Amino acid sequence: MQSPISSNDAAMSQAIGHGDGHGEHPDLRMLGFTLFLISEGMLFVGLFVAYLTYRAAAPAWPPAGTPELEKILPAIFTVILVASSGVIMLAERALKHGDMGQFRLFWLLTTAMGTIFVAGQAYEWMHLEFGLKDGLFGGTFYVLTGFHGMHVVIGLLLQAVVFFRSFKTNHYTPASHFGVGASSLYWHFVDVVWIFLFALLYII
Amino acid sequence: MVETTQQRVEQRQPEPLGDWRRYFSFCVDHKVIGIQYLVTTFFFYLLGGALAMVIRAELMTPGAELERSLYNGVFTIHATIMIFLWIIPTLAGFGNFLVPLMIGARDMAFPRLNALSFWMIPPGGLLLLSSFFVQSGAAGAGWTSYPPLSTQQVQVGDLLVTNFGQVIWIASVVFLGTSSILAALNFIVTIVAMRTEGMELFRMPLFCWATLTASCITLLGTPVLAGAVILLAFDLLLGTVFFNPTGGGDPVVYQHMFWFYSHPAVYIMVLPAMGIISEVLPVFSRKPIFGYKAIAISSMGIAVLGFLVWAHHMFTSGTPDWLRMFFMVTSFLIAVPTGIKVFSWLGTIWGGKLELSSAMLFAMGFVSMFVVGGLSGIMLASVPVDIHVHDTYFVVAHLHYVLFGGSVFAIYAGLYYWFPKMTGRLLNETWGKIHFALTFIGFNLCFLPMHQLGLQGMPRRVAEYAEQFQSLNVLVSIGGFLLGISTLPFLFNAIYSWLWGPKAPANPWRALTLEWTTASPPPVENFEYLPVVTAGPYEYGTVGSSPEGDTPTAISQPKS
Ligand code: HEM
Ligand SMILES: [Cu+2]
Repeated sequence: MQSPISSNDAAMSQAIGHGDGHGEHPDLRMLGFTLFLISEGMLFVGLFVAYLTYRAAAPAWPPAGTPELEKILPAIFTVILVASSGVIMLAERALKHGDMGQFRLFWLLTTAMGTIFVAGQAYEWMHLEFGLKDGLFGGTFYVLTGFHGMHVVIGLLLQAVVFFRSFKTNHYTPASHFGVGASSLYWHFVDVVWIFLFALLYII
Repeated sequence: MVETTQQRVEQRQPEPLGDWRRYFSFCVDHKVIGIQYLVTTFFFYLLGGALAMVIRAELMTPGAELERSLYNGVFTIHATIMIFLWIIPTLAGFGNFLVPLMIGARDMAFPRLNALSFWMIPPGGLLLLSSFFVQSGAAGAGWTSYPPLSTQQVQVGDLLVTNFGQVIWIASVVFLGTSSILAALNFIVTIVAMRTEGMELFRMPLFCWATLTASCITLLGTPVLAGAVILLAFDLLLGTVFFNPTGGGDPVVYQHMFWFYSHPAVYIMVLPAMGIISEVLPVFSRKPIFGYKAIAISSMGIAVLGFLVWAHHMFTSGTPDWLRMFFMVTSFLIAVPTGIKVFSWLGTIWGGKLELSSAMLFAMGFVSMFVVGGLSGIMLASVPVDIHVHDTYFVVAHLHYVLFGGSVFAIYAGLYYWFPKMTGRLLNETWGKIHFALTFIGFNLCFLPMHQLGLQGMPRRVAEYAEQFQSLNVLVSIGGFLLGISTLPFLFNAIYSWLWGPKAPANPWRALTLEWTTASPPPVENFEYLPVVTAGPYEYGTVGSSPEGDTPTAISQPKS
């Protein structure tokens, strides 16, 4: 229920631009979003530390009898994901130069690379010889990769939204493009988390 | 767009909070949201209090009156409500109402996000309450929900079923946690970026410092709690073994994750309360606050140290000796910044012209009761003592001295102090003092004897106890009922005054912080012109302001 006064508020907030980025105030949304990602990051830090604790306490890791993890394929997908972080930067640069065509090209390429990563992840999940319930090893593996995979999918959805919005005239301009900046930052975040995760699960 | 100018003129009218319907809408005005928080959470407070009455009734006798699993559900939901639906969000309510006014902003940084944070609370709370009505009964493993107790299946008739009440508890905590993370990031951005001209960081009212610090803790700590309870949900629902020792998991990992959040969370619950105290004491002592910077910085000190003490809750969980040493020492260290604050408050009222208003009485009650709780905290932090009294009523006494004698007293002080600003009406002072007297007596009658019960070995969280504890328990229960009754004068006072109380002037307490420079209640856009700040917030009775008529040193002058 929208009372008449609160719709006045909306008008008010537009009139004085409550940090909505459309008024005289500086755009604070990026700062807010960064704080949100820091908070998200702590979720992963918590899970990582729990994982390391389990490992440290286990007599052997992976526990005896655990099938070897395939490493080559995940490594290739990792390279693709990390590279996509560079591609999205190219897209942002194109936008800053006002080249929307190039922006969309690189943006779409990022989404494609991310999709390949998710597909690779799904492929791996289907071919692993252990399940979620197979002890701490299985549990931590699926929960960690699953949590991260969920974030990748959210990142892809954000990118799709931005992509379609970029067709509206002047929705994103070289000077104002919060949606682009935020989903790009999110993508870097997802990428960095994966680098840690890959190191934890596959290398050390 | 022609309308807009017209609307803006309308909004200049000083009586904009008249329409009650806005309180039930997705309104983006931080003042409306603040009041929505305060009223909603008070409602949950009454519910949590009713559960406490059930607990105290049960503990009048050594035998069990209630079904045991129901008793478990009652104290679990009591604590969960009090923490996640009363103290944490009600302090966020104060923050919402006050922070933009105090720093001279027109609203929070993200008004719509703000409304969203509030509107997550009622469904989160109802979800939690709904757990009483599921087949498996409400979550019953305490607000800490330690596995393996919390992940065990429960007996319903002849069947063993998944503890669905526990699942609801988890969902509700994650939901409410998300709400408080969103509120916290809004506070941080608002305080960092929306201060008016001249409002330097070290000119901010201490309540803003406290909210800033508590918000940082929320932002960093809450996700770890979410991680812990999500893993718990996996164990409960999907049969993973993270915390299940029979499958190779480790319940102690849960405890670490839980307390990594929940110890810092006690500062989320007490720092803003301390902020309220730092506002109230100088006004009613007519003196500048003693040690402004020390108080501001000690909050930060507490926040940092607060992340390094969590395992003092786990001294008896098989924690190795060297770790117990470490956490014992860090816990002792927390007493330093805490002590700095207490001495600063004492320095503030020392030699002041005290005006014993209801707000001031509750504030002074806060300082004295918080000291008692701090002292029992130090006792608990020493390993040799804690080994004996862990999980006894001594811990219950400690936590209520800091959370009730501390946070709740401060919340009352804040309500008496800012009620005129929020509603434009004055509360009745006589009833306020009766409220204080009943609360103070009821509180101490209820929680002081718990120290002795704990030292004598009465365990917490059980419905049945040994005969020899009965007389003290009866005393505690009488205190508890008195405490329950003490809420009534406040409720009547608040409702009556809100409707029919005398109209409040803009600055009834002759206070100097910015919220008092605007009308009571403030207009929608807060200030007619954004104020420009030229001095600190607590310059009471100093050169340039006569003790009788301190006027706010911030001058309102036209600003585009
Ligand atoms: C001087 C500072 C403090 C110290 C050294 C301290 C120490 C402790 C210790 C060692 C325990 C664990 C007792 C046990 O379970 O055996 C404890 C429990 C507790 N403390 Fe404090 N405390 C302090 C201040 C506070 C404050 C300010 C609050 C809240 C505003 C608080 C809230 C709690 C709560 C809620 C518990 C019980 C947790 C549970 O349910 O098990 N404490 N405290
Ligand atoms: Cu603690």
